[in-house]
Amino acid sequence: MEESSGSMRSSKQREEMKKVREKTARKRSKEEEEEQDQDQDQDQIFNFNNKPAEEEEEDEDLSDSEDSVYSGLEDSGSDSEDDEDEEEALDAAADDDEEEEKEEQAQRTEERRRKEGGVTDGKEEQKKDEYEHDSSDEEDIRNTVGNIPMEWYRDFPHIGYDLDGKKIYKPIRNKDELDDFLDKMENPDYWRTVHDKQTGSDIILSDDQVELVNRLQRGQFGDVNFNEYQPSVEFFSKDVMIHPVTNRPADKRSFIPSLIEKEKVSKLVHAIKMGWIKPRRVEDDSRGRYYDLWSTEDSSILAKHKMHLPAPKIPLPGHQESYNPPPEYLFTDEERALWEQQDPSDRKLPFVPVRFSSLRQVPAFPRFIHERFERCLDLYLCPRQRKMRVNVNPEDLIPKLPKPKDLQPFPTTQSLVYQGHSGLVRSISVSPSGQWLASGSDDGSVRFWEVRSSRCMKTVQVGGAVKSVAWNPNPSVCLLAVALDSVVLLLSPSLADRQVVSASERLLSGQDEVEPAEGAGPVTWGEAEGEELNQGIRLRIQHPKAVHQVVWHTKGDYLASVMPDHSSHLQVFIHQVSRRRSQNPFRRNKGLVQCVSFHPVRPYFFVATQRSVRIYNLVKQEMTKKLQANSKWISSMAVHPGGDHVICGSYDCRLSWFDLDLSTKPYKMLRHHKKAVRGVAYHRVYPLFASASDDGSVIICHGTVYNDLLQNPLIVPVKVLRGHVITHDLGVLDVTFHPTQPWIFSSGADATIRLFT
Amino acid sequence: MGGLQKKKFERGSATNYITRNKARKKLQLSLPDFRRLCILKGIYPHEPKHKKKVNKGSTAPRTFYLVKDIRFLLHEPIVGKFRDYKVFVRKLKKAYGKTEWSAVERLRENKPTYKLDHIIKERYPSFIDALRDIDDALCMCFLFSTFARTGKCHVQTIQLCRRLTVEWMNYVIAARALRKVFISIKGIYYQAEVMGQPITWLVPYQFSHDHPTDVDYRVMATFTELYTTLLGFINFRLYHSLNLLYPPKAIVVTVLHLMFSFNAFLQEDMEKMEAREKEQKQQEAQKKLFEGLKFFLNREVPRESLAFVIRCFGGEVSWDKSVCIGSTYEVTDETITHQIVDRPNIDQQYINRYYIQPQWVYDCVNAKIILPVEDYFLGVTLPPHLSPFVEEKEGDYVPPEKMKIMALQRGEKPANEEEEEGEEEEEEGEDEEEEEDDDNDDDEEDDEEEEAEEKNLKKMEEQRSQGKSLQVKVTPGKVKVENPARLEQEEKAEEKRLAIMMMKKKEKYLYDKIMFGKKRKTREANKLAAKRKAYDDAEKAKKKKARK
Repeated sequence: MEESSGSMRSSKQREEMKKVREKTARKRSKEEEEEQDQDQDQDQIFNFNNKPAEEEEEDEDLSDSEDSVYSGLEDSGSDSEDDEDEEEALDAAADDDEEEEKEEQAQRTEERRRKEGGVTDGKEEQKKDEYEHDSSDEEDIRNTVGNIPMEWYRDFPHIGYDLDGKKIYKPIRNKDELDDFLDKMENPDYWRTVHDKQTGSDIILSDDQVELVNRLQRGQFGDVNFNEYQPSVEFFSKDVMIHPVTNRPADKRSFIPSLIEKEKVSKLVHAIKMGWIKPRRVEDDSRGRYYDLWSTEDSSILAKHKMHLPAPKIPLPGHQESYNPPPEYLFTDEERALWEQQDPSDRKLPFVPVRFSSLRQVPAFPRFIHERFERCLDLYLCPRQRKMRVNVNPEDLIPKLPKPKDLQPFPTTQSLVYQGHSGLVRSISVSPSGQWLASGSDDGSVRFWEVRSSRCMKTVQVGGAVKSVAWNPNPSVCLLAVALDSVVLLLSPSLADRQVVSASERLLSGQDEVEPAEGAGPVTWGEAEGEELNQGIRLRIQHPKAVHQVVWHTKGDYLASVMPDHSSHLQVFIHQVSRRRSQNPFRRNKGLVQCVSFHPVRPYFFVATQRSVRIYNLVKQEMTKKLQANSKWISSMAVHPGGDHVICGSYDCRLSWFDLDLSTKPYKMLRHHKKAVRGVAYHRVYPLFASASDDGSVIICHGTVYNDLLQNPLIVPVKVLRGHVITHDLGVLDVTFHPTQPWIFSSGADATIRLFT
Repeated sequence: MGGLQKKKFERGSATNYITRNKARKKLQLSLPDFRRLCILKGIYPHEPKHKKKVNKGSTAPRTFYLVKDIRFLLHEPIVGKFRDYKVFVRKLKKAYGKTEWSAVERLRENKPTYKLDHIIKERYPSFIDALRDIDDALCMCFLFSTFARTGKCHVQTIQLCRRLTVEWMNYVIAARALRKVFISIKGIYYQAEVMGQPITWLVPYQFSHDHPTDVDYRVMATFTELYTTLLGFINFRLYHSLNLLYPPKAIVVTVLHLMFSFNAFLQEDMEKMEAREKEQKQQEAQKKLFEGLKFFLNREVPRESLAFVIRCFGGEVSWDKSVCIGSTYEVTDETITHQIVDRPNIDQQYINRYYIQPQWVYDCVNAKIILPVEDYFLGVTLPPHLSPFVEEKEGDYVPPEKMKIMALQRGEKPANEEEEEGEEEEEEGEDEEEEEDDDNDDDEEDDEEEEAEEKNLKKMEEQRSQGKSLQVKVTPGKVKVENPARLEQEEKAEEKRLAIMMMKKKEKYLYDKIMFGKKRKTREANKLAAKRKAYDDAEKAKKKKARK
């Protein structure tokens, strides 16, 4: 055990040694390099040169001696001559060894003598001489087997071979446990006896050796005399040696100018001349130096940057960005879910408001660098544009119109409701006197109402959905034209003075005599009989197709009926009641006719087709004008009592006002209604017109027409009348003004007629 | 006849714009260099009105620059420097490849550098221009100054940014220019008023950054390069305006009151003058907000921010010696009036000082008055921290806390809380009613009222009939009093509605848009108010429960 540890140590020491040697070598080489500063004291240099060498040798000695001690060998001693003290100590140790050796050898020689005879003594002596100066580091030169496990020789009588190649025999030892114990108990040197595996012998260590082991165990140097604390002498110091380390003469090339260098220099010179190499730049600290940049502000550069738009600033944060926002700014669960669902670009807030109860809990914002980077990108990648923000007060946009109060009278409130019909009331008409109101409904009846009392005076069952009713505008007769299916009926409701009734009777009956026979045309005139006659139906004008509208001329003699049909030119008939004559004014089909109307004064005839209104001169029998109503489908039309203005309602919610003197395009388009316009009407006396729509409202507008041609008509909406209930998506179907009063009647799909006054 | 046929895209807007790639080729720069040049010179792309015309008939998405801008870039000396740098890099690479270390060294010593002074001068011809654009510079520098010294950018840049920002803060302290502070979840916003310009910057919280991978730090570094130069010049000028030395040798904090150009005021009328004077007085008062107060910062509070804010308003501030240098007095100082603490409780408390949470300082600054400290004591639930940047216009939602602060500013004593709440509720109620008025049609409302009355009557009748024997009773009819004012209002509303009907299509569209925006605003405000009410109610219910 001890031995092995010892060998470990020795190997370590050897390593250290090596290191030291390397170091010294390095240092030495360095010093050679540093020959430049050689002006130093000689003595010091001498010291330098001597002392390290000494140390080195000492070291070597030490290690060697140790080796020898451990291995128990005497001949591997050092070959150093200069340190005599060391030698002595070593000798002392070696002497002890020698004694032991001799003992062993005596044993061996005895055996050998038995076999070979006594020859070995002299030889051994010789050997000793031979290896006296052997400085080899091998631990055991007695046994030449080398570094092998000694168990391999367990079964042999020998344990190896000596230098001569002779077997080294194992010592005869038959020690068992008991012997060992006894030895332990009795032998006073037992504690210093060491078993040498290589030779198989026991070695008793000398006092010196024991002390050495003890000292090494304590971590001290093996040499007693070695002073580890002696002042160290700087091996290489800052002082420069004056003498070179080596005495080698300088090379020849150190005296001759170098060609390579010359070439290099000339290259550099050339490069400098050519400007390829610039002289070393003088370090200027002007880069980080600041000065008053704006000491002279001139506006000349300012003018250059007229087009430059400064980047908009980042919007300032609101309450919701606070670390501790008011509770109302925090997201509810739904808002949060919505926020998470939304695309990042659609989000109103780029972050979720969070609340922290104290400042220490606020974490770092994970997207901080991102946001800064995005700002950078915005600054250099986003096109900038000057956006004119409209800073308009919305009140200013509302046009200044005369107050409705100043434009009175007009109907404002619903005053009467005429109830009695069971189907939607498609058409209403007021008698020229303004006393009676006739209404035709889908329930197949025509009812006559007294306007002021809302009393139904008379009900006439006509047997079919009534499409249109029209009261003869002539006040001297009392006649009503009713259109249903393909028939136009002329009713004499006998709701007036006897004179008037008789006049109307006369009108109807007189015709018969005037024109007894009528050629067989598309229209046939027939007289009512029996029950119908009792109800007041006087004449039936049979048409070839379903009639949609009947209109009287102002004089009350002519009657126009409309049969919309795409394919034929038989769409409009003008009937003369007094002569029971019908004629078709148009030879050609110009589109689906929606409604027709007579000019109140002049012999003009208005025909509204789907998209335009044509005006015909009945006397000249030619078209005078074609009005383009910029709408998809005209539903209704009304002519101003003056005759110069026309309004058209259309199914696409528009109402267009035409000024016939102005242009064929609408003078004004009014989009007041939300749904299709069903009916329009002018007041005969007051400057009012009305439009009825499916949205259940009737809008009364004030429309002053000036006599002065230069002044355009003034159109002001004055009242929105509501009252009708929307049934089956239909609201108000027809609208008519009272002939004298500023009242308006409207009939709706809810089977009622309402009077607004 | 005669003459050459006109070629397309040879005149008009097609010649005014140039695509990015073409511009790059014209300048003979690589894309990164071009980018850097655009950043430094402040050139941004332009969106042509007719993209197809400019794009020579193609509709491919392209970035367009004005030809004038690119021509302007052509004369930039820095372009030459960029080219030099390119050459330098090439030479260096070559030298490395040949392992010619002396050449490498020599090249490195002659590394081309450039200065941005002339660009700053060119981009910001006057000092005020520069000041106006300093927001981004400050934000960027404050961000870079918090970067760790590992990769991402040069250490020198970080140090320079740190130096410049500290200098800036010192200027703000010296000039007492700070106006508003806001602690947001992103960082702390500061707003200072320098030479009449409001300057806002954002400082991130003191945490290490989790550097994202999808951010191009080269772009940021280029911006920072420009911004540090800009900020340096601005700092120089600002320090000189305060008669301070720049760069400062040591942190010099002297309080000087700046007198900004008063001649501008002379031209304005008296009323404005008075208003301004009042404002001025207020500002002066605000500047001395913390004067005479002595703060001590505990170690857990953000020291730099608080010290900056407190010093800006004339307060004395110190902190623990071990936290950072610069502490002037100890915790044990008896004259300390406020200790700023951000922990649930503290063991050793001095009796003659307030222990408050940091929000108090910020709220005081924003309110421009010393707020009562009770709400900010240790462990107390803090009142909400409001943004000082929100200026409520008419019709906007105002949080009740803001109302409270406004009342305090007017000098009103805060009444008992419950009373106040009641008042607030009433106010809110009124508001809502008014809003309803606006929204609903009046007749509908009438109907509703009538219905309500009828219901009441019916209920009463039912109760009576159930409670006692059937009692036939005729209640006297009420005369419906017509409110003339209301009638008038209605009339006006109708008039307006009718007038709106007569608007032209274009105007109607605009009007509708404006009204839509307004309505949305009120809707949002209502929503916030409703949310707040619900929250308050819930709180009240909780309190009641707790009491029981």
